[in-house]
Amino acid sequence: MNKLALSDEILMSVDKPARYIGNEINIVRKNPRDMAIRFAMCFPDVYEIGMSHLGIQILYDMFNQREDVYCERVYSPWVDLHKIMKEQNIPLFTLETQSPVKDMDFLGITIQYEMCYTNILQVLDLSQIPLLAKMRTEDDPIVIGGGPCTYNPEPLADFFDIFYIGEGETQYDALFDLYKSVRAKGGTRCEFLRAVSQLPGIYVPSLYEISYKSDGTIEAFQPRYEDVPPTIRKEIQMDLTDTVYPRKPLVPYIKVTQDRVVLEIQRGCIRGCRFCQAGMIYRPTRERDVDMLKECAREMLESSGHEEISLSSLSSSDYSRLPELINYLIGFKEKGVNISLPSLRIDAFSLDVMSKVQDIRKSSLTFAPEAGSQRLRNVINKGLAESVILEGAGLAFEGGWQKVKLYFMLGLPTETENDMQEIPRLADKIARRYYEIPKEKRNGKCQITISTSFFVPKPFTPFQWASMQTKEEYLRRARIVNEEMKEQLNRKSLKYNWHEADVTVLEGVFARGDRRVGQVLLSAYEKGCIFDSWSEFFDNSKWMDAFQECGVSIDFYNLRERDLDEILPWDFIDCGVSKSFLKREWKNAMEGKVTPNCKMQCNGCGAAQFEGGVCLEHQN
Amino acid sequence: MNIRIKFQKYGVMKFIGHLDMMRYFQKAIRRADIDIAYSEGYSPHQIMSFAAPLGVGVTSDGEYLDIEVKSSKSSKESMQALNETMAEGISILEYRKLPDTAKTSMSLVAAADYLVYQKPGYALLADTYAQLQAKVEAFYEGQPQIMITKQTKKREIEMNLKPLIYEMKSLNMGCGQALEGLGVRNPQILADCREGETSEMPALFLKLCTGSADNVKPELVLEAFCRFHGICYEALGFQIHRLEVYARSEEVPVKGEYERQAYLDSLERQREIYRQKGIDFPQFLALGELGKDI
Repeated sequence: MNKLALSDEILMSVDKPARYIGNEINIVRKNPRDMAIRFAMCFPDVYEIGMSHLGIQILYDMFNQREDVYCERVYSPWVDLHKIMKEQNIPLFTLETQSPVKDMDFLGITIQYEMCYTNILQVLDLSQIPLLAKMRTEDDPIVIGGGPCTYNPEPLADFFDIFYIGEGETQYDALFDLYKSVRAKGGTRCEFLRAVSQLPGIYVPSLYEISYKSDGTIEAFQPRYEDVPPTIRKEIQMDLTDTVYPRKPLVPYIKVTQDRVVLEIQRGCIRGCRFCQAGMIYRPTRERDVDMLKECAREMLESSGHEEISLSSLSSSDYSRLPELINYLIGFKEKGVNISLPSLRIDAFSLDVMSKVQDIRKSSLTFAPEAGSQRLRNVINKGLAESVILEGAGLAFEGGWQKVKLYFMLGLPTETENDMQEIPRLADKIARRYYEIPKEKRNGKCQITISTSFFVPKPFTPFQWASMQTKEEYLRRARIVNEEMKEQLNRKSLKYNWHEADVTVLEGVFARGDRRVGQVLLSAYEKGCIFDSWSEFFDNSKWMDAFQECGVSIDFYNLRERDLDEILPWDFIDCGVSKSFLKREWKNAMEGKVTPNCKMQCNGCGAAQFEGGVCLEHQN
Repeated sequence: MNIRIKFQKYGVMKFIGHLDMMRYFQKAIRRADIDIAYSEGYSPHQIMSFAAPLGVGVTSDGEYLDIEVKSSKSSKESMQALNETMAEGISILEYRKLPDTAKTSMSLVAAADYLVYQKPGYALLADTYAQLQAKVEAFYEGQPQIMITKQTKKREIEMNLKPLIYEMKSLNMGCGQALEGLGVRNPQILADCREGETSEMPALFLKLCTGSADNVKPELVLEAFCRFHGICYEALGFQIHRLEVYARSEEVPVKGEYERQAYLDSLERQREIYRQKGIDFPQFLALGELGKDI
């Protein structure tokens, strides 16, 4: 048994010591001495969040299938342990062998959301690795970033040696082989970085130079050397059936967010909602074969002992073999396995399935109209008509449901007061539909919960040029919704939740920021910002001080509608969807024109270049 | 069919708390394909109960859980299936069938044995086994009452520990015989004491009242012991190890009139055997003794 990196005294004094001991079921054990490459894979948030992430499990499984690689895991130590490690100068360690991260060849960090950026600095800091890539020496691991936020890696450019752009299944083998051959020749860190920049999907930020115009926008973005590619095309795993998928998922001891088997049924989304980054960057939509999924489900349930399985994808209702798959999974109910359903389009099929796997009285229906009025739903290309919502809700109410959750965004481009007021009005119409049911047949009051979030424009969406609002304006919009709520006939059946807007403003800056916002991150971390996605630790005043001290203007990044010709910080990445398509969609949005989904018609977004998925099905 | 499972817990697994151990076993039982029974309803749960929660940081050779199964393979096969899917630090020691009307181990628990030894780097309670024994005698035999204040959720209460400490003695862990005598088979402890083989390792043995009515944690006794001798009590300086959990032999472990009588009859036969041999019938029976291998 391994000796732990932390003493009994420390482990007994921190919350949930099981976060730090490893030893989980299905953990991979290897002798580190026999390994050519040691890789620390990090999710920069607390263990319970990080252990719930499927991408890391896929890569953990894939890397460890190689005999020359040992991939171990590392998560952000919680604030209590963070303090102890800083005080006692204890280096951050991997869970598997409890070895210092700084002794690894690579530190891979998945970057899933903007508000984890300070935690990335925490992981580097506790690992005793220089925060700035340019300060690292031959003794430090190569720090590599992946995940959705790398579609605009620029705010993090100073802290990473490499970004892997796109899906992880494809290039790591080549990357590891290259690393081994460079090391075998006694090559340096610098030489490796230069060589790896030639691999598809690999972006080495230190090899590019950016110049700015006097108005602060980018003048030029170019490689420093001729052999370094000027654009990086995203990597994509076209065949999602004949590929790696972890059959023996790690089973944690403490309850984690996804305490269940997760089955990714497809990647990508045919819908083309104009605010949604995932809907663009994962194009084209590719399904996994239903027989492969059945086999994975069975093997994973057997090897983990989990009592629940959930399906993961965007817009799961669009998966062509969904009824067959769900009916197969319902078969595990006799073994005490629950199915946690994704949010499905409400129709006779989904209601039937839901009634089989959930307690109708406790469960709720979920709709995400995203905008209150049909006008604005056309702008965002969310093809969910009011009649469809009312029919679905009606069907569900007749079937015994009485709880509905509605999700909206405030601050979408072109939004008017009327659009905001339409949110509670739509909720009220749903409630009215409930009270159309004769009193003796219904089960007391209905409960309609409205949640709004504030819209943050993301790179590689048709809204990437859009302006955001100030914090005050966001909150004013939430108040308009709240006032209109009170005017509704069924206001006693409605409930409205909204969030603070401080985090939205920061997300806006880091989603579309350039290299110059990196210094703000550094300054904020030095002021003690950490776990910013946890409201109990988020400290907006520290952030505002950091922006002030660095002389970085939030308004420049958030309150400006970008010119269509402006060089955007992420323009050097080719995500498969062309800029001309995004421009066309931005124009359609302004005209309120709806674009059909990929199964109805090809709209020429550019993803057909990958020659697969829905793009080929469409031709048949 | 009711099954009583005995397991040991050591190494890094001592940091896994009671609720997480329950979740761990729920998943382990599925992995081992034990044909466990489920409750009815929308979210059916396994029919499973633990004898006595073990605190975080405490290791054990004598943990029990009871499960209800619809069918079962033999004890040997079931233990093998479970052990193949155990994490390092948990081993299954017994898998025994209970009478159909058996009371749960949780309702039967009456006493538990503990071994307490010191971790390196802390001031020793005593240098030698003999010195420690003298201190134990002064504390345990020497005091008519052992009064302590116990902090409950609502208030502080005065209580006398002495009647709840069934046994307290010193032993030398440096000598393998002492551990063998206690039936210690925990890899961690055996390794710990091999390291100390050359010198004496004074340790404490405690048999304490345990259960839902009265419950004494070993920490409470250690704290009182240290205070009595004017030693600074450092909770983290002790490794507490549970050896065994017991029911009272006179407590009938089954429900139902017929089964009850059958138990009392067999108990009487046992007592007779002990009387003939001229030895006292044990006051406590290990929870595992109430089941039979299948």
